[in-house]
Amino acid sequence: MDILSLFIIVPVITIIALLFTKDLKQARIVSMIGSIIQLGMAINLVFAYFKEKEVNDNIMVFTKDLVWFKQFNIHYNIGVDGISVALLLLTAIVVLAGVFISWKMKELPKEFFISLIVLSSGVYGFFISLDLFTMFVFFEIAVIPMYLLIGIWGSGPREYSAMKLTLMLMGASAVLLVGILGIYFNSNADGGALTFNILEIAKVNIPIEAQKLFFPITFIGFAVIGALFPFHTWSPDGHASAPTAVSMLHAGVLMKLGGYGVFRVAMYLLPEGALHWSWFFIILSAIGVIYGAFSAIKQTDLKYINAYSSVSHLGMVLFALLMLNKTAWNGAILQSLSHGFMTALFFALIGMIYGRTHTRDINKLGGLLKVIPFISAIYVIAGLASLGLPGFSGFVAEMNIFVGAFEHDDMFYRVATIISVSAIVVTAVYILRVVGIMLMGPVKNPEFLNLPTATWYEKTGILLLLIPIVGIGVAPLWLSNMILKSLEPFIQGVL
Amino acid sequence: MNLSYTILIPLIPLVVFLLLGIFNKKIKPGISGYIGVLGLTASAILSFLAGYQYFFVNGKVDGIYQTFVQKTVWMKFTETLQIDMGVLVDPISIMMIIVVSIVSLMVHIYSRGYMKGDDGYTKFFAFLSLFSFSMFGLVLSTNLFQIYIFWELVGVSSYLLIGYYYTKPSAVAAAKKAFIVTRFADLGFLIGILIIGYYTGTYDFESLNNPEGNAIVNWASTSFMGLSVLTWALILIFMGGAGKSAMFPLHIWLPDAMEGPTPVSALIHAATMVVAGVYLVARLFPMYYFVEDGFALNIVAFVGAFSSLFAAIIAITQTDIKRVLAFSTMSQIGYMMLALGVSGYDGHEGVGYMASMFHLFTHAMFKALLFLCAGSVIHAVHSNYLKDMGGLRKYMPITNITFLIAALAIAGIPPFAGFWSKDEILVAAFEHNKLIYYVGVFVAGLTAFYMFRIYFGIFWGKETKYEQTPHESPISMTFPLIVLAFLSIVGGFIPFSEFITPDRAGFEAHLNYPLAAIAVTVGLIGIMLAWIFYKNENDLSDKFAKAFGSFYKWTYDKFYFDEIYLFVTKKILFKRVSAPIAKFDKKYVDGTMVGIGNTTVATSEKIKGIQSGRVQDYAFAFIAGVVVIALVFIYLWTN
Amino acid sequence: MIAGISIYEILSVTSILFFIGVYGFITRKNLISILISIELILNASVVNFVVINKYLYPDMLQGVLFSIFIIAVAAAETALAVSIIINLYRQINSVEVKDIETMKY
Repeated sequence: MDILSLFIIVPVITIIALLFTKDLKQARIVSMIGSIIQLGMAINLVFAYFKEKEVNDNIMVFTKDLVWFKQFNIHYNIGVDGISVALLLLTAIVVLAGVFISWKMKELPKEFFISLIVLSSGVYGFFISLDLFTMFVFFEIAVIPMYLLIGIWGSGPREYSAMKLTLMLMGASAVLLVGILGIYFNSNADGGALTFNILEIAKVNIPIEAQKLFFPITFIGFAVIGALFPFHTWSPDGHASAPTAVSMLHAGVLMKLGGYGVFRVAMYLLPEGALHWSWFFIILSAIGVIYGAFSAIKQTDLKYINAYSSVSHLGMVLFALLMLNKTAWNGAILQSLSHGFMTALFFALIGMIYGRTHTRDINKLGGLLKVIPFISAIYVIAGLASLGLPGFSGFVAEMNIFVGAFEHDDMFYRVATIISVSAIVVTAVYILRVVGIMLMGPVKNPEFLNLPTATWYEKTGILLLLIPIVGIGVAPLWLSNMILKSLEPFIQGVL
Repeated sequence: MNLSYTILIPLIPLVVFLLLGIFNKKIKPGISGYIGVLGLTASAILSFLAGYQYFFVNGKVDGIYQTFVQKTVWMKFTETLQIDMGVLVDPISIMMIIVVSIVSLMVHIYSRGYMKGDDGYTKFFAFLSLFSFSMFGLVLSTNLFQIYIFWELVGVSSYLLIGYYYTKPSAVAAAKKAFIVTRFADLGFLIGILIIGYYTGTYDFESLNNPEGNAIVNWASTSFMGLSVLTWALILIFMGGAGKSAMFPLHIWLPDAMEGPTPVSALIHAATMVVAGVYLVARLFPMYYFVEDGFALNIVAFVGAFSSLFAAIIAITQTDIKRVLAFSTMSQIGYMMLALGVSGYDGHEGVGYMASMFHLFTHAMFKALLFLCAGSVIHAVHSNYLKDMGGLRKYMPITNITFLIAALAIAGIPPFAGFWSKDEILVAAFEHNKLIYYVGVFVAGLTAFYMFRIYFGIFWGKETKYEQTPHESPISMTFPLIVLAFLSIVGGFIPFSEFITPDRAGFEAHLNYPLAAIAVTVGLIGIMLAWIFYKNENDLSDKFAKAFGSFYKWTYDKFYFDEIYLFVTKKILFKRVSAPIAKFDKKYVDGTMVGIGNTTVATSEKIKGIQSGRVQDYAFAFIAGVVVIALVFIYLWTN
Repeated sequence: MIAGISIYEILSVTSILFFIGVYGFITRKNLISILISIELILNASVVNFVVINKYLYPDMLQGVLFSIFIIAVAAAETALAVSIIINLYRQINSVEVKDIETMKY
């Protein structure tokens, strides 16, 4: 049994097991067990990857290739490299943390956990796929359950948000499909057969006109889920209405599918197109970075602040990817990982605060440090991590991005880089603003004086997410080297 | 020679921080105080050991102090650019760890008494250790990025400590302001680092500072708008330093930072963190001196001189004694910056550099002492304001004497420490730039005046009726005062010029009697004026203030820079940038997406009439379609 | 074969009949009237078949034969339609077309 297909099989088994559960207690235990197994598999994969890399020098390892649909040359083709391994680990950790945070999901718990696991299986499948079509299938599996999760278990204007999110992401998928088909129909440019296989297409010299046409289509198709300005507006409403675990999973993991897709598909397969169009998308992503940060200053709803913060941080991922050099790409992957953990942590904390105070309006909250010290202290730590404090993963990622971006000595790139760097000040403003209004100061509402502190499952979820943030922040070398080595072949393709 | 044990100096406080932070609730307050003090004592002992070994045993090879580096790769950007973590031992870093250990240890001991009974006692000591760790790491950094990392950590420690009384809105605002202003300065710092990394290919201090190295020799290779890119980088790095060191116009956070507990003000905002900017320029001094013939260094000098004057003028009018001390700190740091700015490099030319570091050392001692005394006084009368004080010499003898010693030191009266260091600064200024020299002398006079204004105001002046009789502070608080007072007396006799010079060779300094005489005279005049105005109760000072009219008011309101800051942040950034962007996002960007949705719905409303439910309509469509197809068919058939 | 009259004239008559039937089908309000119009359509097509058979293929008989089929089918369909209309009348008490528009958007 190959190690990678297990990543899809285990969730399926979990779902089947969940079908037999009767109530919340059973459902959550089954989900927890399934997620812990997944996490164990992901950690094992890291070690197995290092061992395998010592003997096997292919770009992708642990590959498997099954023909699925012969006529169109669609295969179930899977494999991983260092980057996929890191992202699989991210997914496993965030899913497990999400299960812990949903420990008290009272309505329709069985269906909730089933949808959550389906979503996660889509994500796992996406990260291990090497065939464009299979990748797209898993992409859809990852996006569609969001409609149910937000629409049924959400809060506030949930039907509206669910509809908006799903329709915009579906629209992006439609655009993406056009791009994928465009790549597919040009994959025989060197005389071979039409194929969906990423590695084979990379070897083909797709004609420049086709690249220039399909790159923006594919890029936008992926980048909408990565919160590219101006297609990011599904994110604030979607995250605000979603239940906590769904926000964590979506912002933490799903939004990384965009960056990953851009990197694996759009840039790897259409390098000349990327070079040609990079200036345009750099402008959009740089705007996204600073625009998201400024918008976050004005917000009063905690989830909106976090959503705009995600727009800003993910803008940096796209920005870095467009710089087309190794250091920046390293930074982009590190930022994907780092932001995944950080935003999941934030949403978890916001969920905990909301669960206790029943409001997300920061003006109604105040002095929470005195009332719920553990949660508040972790919030401060998460805030400091988010604004790029050294010792946490955000700093490592951002510095790589800035140094990499600075390597272009063109005035255009320099200006764009300086605009993005200045986001560190704006980020500090909105983070400290929230901390100052919500956590510090006198206790605003006397009803809050007796709020319960974090429960064991909440603390477990928090720790699961905090440990990687600190770990990457303090000792980044092993991870960064793993990613850099895996980036080698991809950079060669672009240069 | 193995100085690698210096790595323990920052690590011990780090362990203390983690211990006290994680086991916060489980440790009894008394114990945490002891743990904190113990940790710092260990670091202090190691610092002294390192200092002794370096300066007196085997630091010097062929008459030049060597640099010892021990580092490991922490993060690799490209094949050539990387961030190392390690320790760099050279004269100024050893000097700094000694300064930081002494002051931090004294503050730790003092805090055991000052913060007694406070709710967050353990948290306080945890943060103090975090700060000590960050500061030690900063001064022992081996490369630009490492110093940036610890720079940020020091900033966060400062934020946490200023906001220690977090239920007070003013403390929250002050902490936020400090962090954001310094963050803004750090933006310049970061861009400067990026520039240096790109154009010289390294972040390492040893390579950058090598006068024959690539960075310095090829500084002219690329230029931008008339100046070398390296000059721009150095100016931007100085911007970062200016933020941390509260130089004009990035000084606005320092007076507000006085919201923190007084031991914090003594440690961070007087002796250690605020001198980080000076240390940064000193650390990169060879680059500052050689690149573009010291262009960036001139900027350092003028900013320093101006800040020095600006702060001294404001300090004369303030009524909160901590704020007087804050502006005094800004003024003295201005001295240190201007000394660096007018310094040369070889031999005796490097007197500015030497004087700057010397003043850093002596200032740390007497300024920390002044703050701790102020804390003692505030503890006794429960107020920060001069109007609530007076005649305290009868109740607090130890505080009185130590404060007086510190005041004499800062006023530059021999044989106290401040005289020696300030004199060297004035000598350096005199030899390079007369304008700066005159400013320096004037500021010296102002310094003596404002310092004795508050000395007389607190301990002499009017006989205030106190509700509770003020009493002298406990031994835990007076012991550090005595130690620092002792250092303020003897510190000046250390022959700094033999140890700390830009070219590392040391030189013999001689007292320049004429200049010294002028400086001392100016100081004495300042003290005399303060005596006349403030020693006994009178209204001479009020009449004088009225004579200055609106200029007095401007000075009292700190020239409205805080208002400018509030205006820029609240009115411009908040209202005119952030709010429109948020509204634009909601109305237009989001509006477009929702609009697409609405358009689809509207179109659907219009065309849904096709399904009318009437068979006749369907039949009509059917027939029409058949007719059209038939006609098309016939047309195509006959053609 | 009628002497003196060409096929075009008869075909135009049947066409007019056909389209009168179509027009009636589309515009009449009463269900029975619609049925009558359907009859018109069917009968017009019957005459069409016979005419074409007699004028163009006088030796064959398929056209006439098929027209008998059409008449039979028309009768059956009319019976079916009337029974539907009677059932419908029992439900909604009306034979107006505008009362059975419920299967709409």
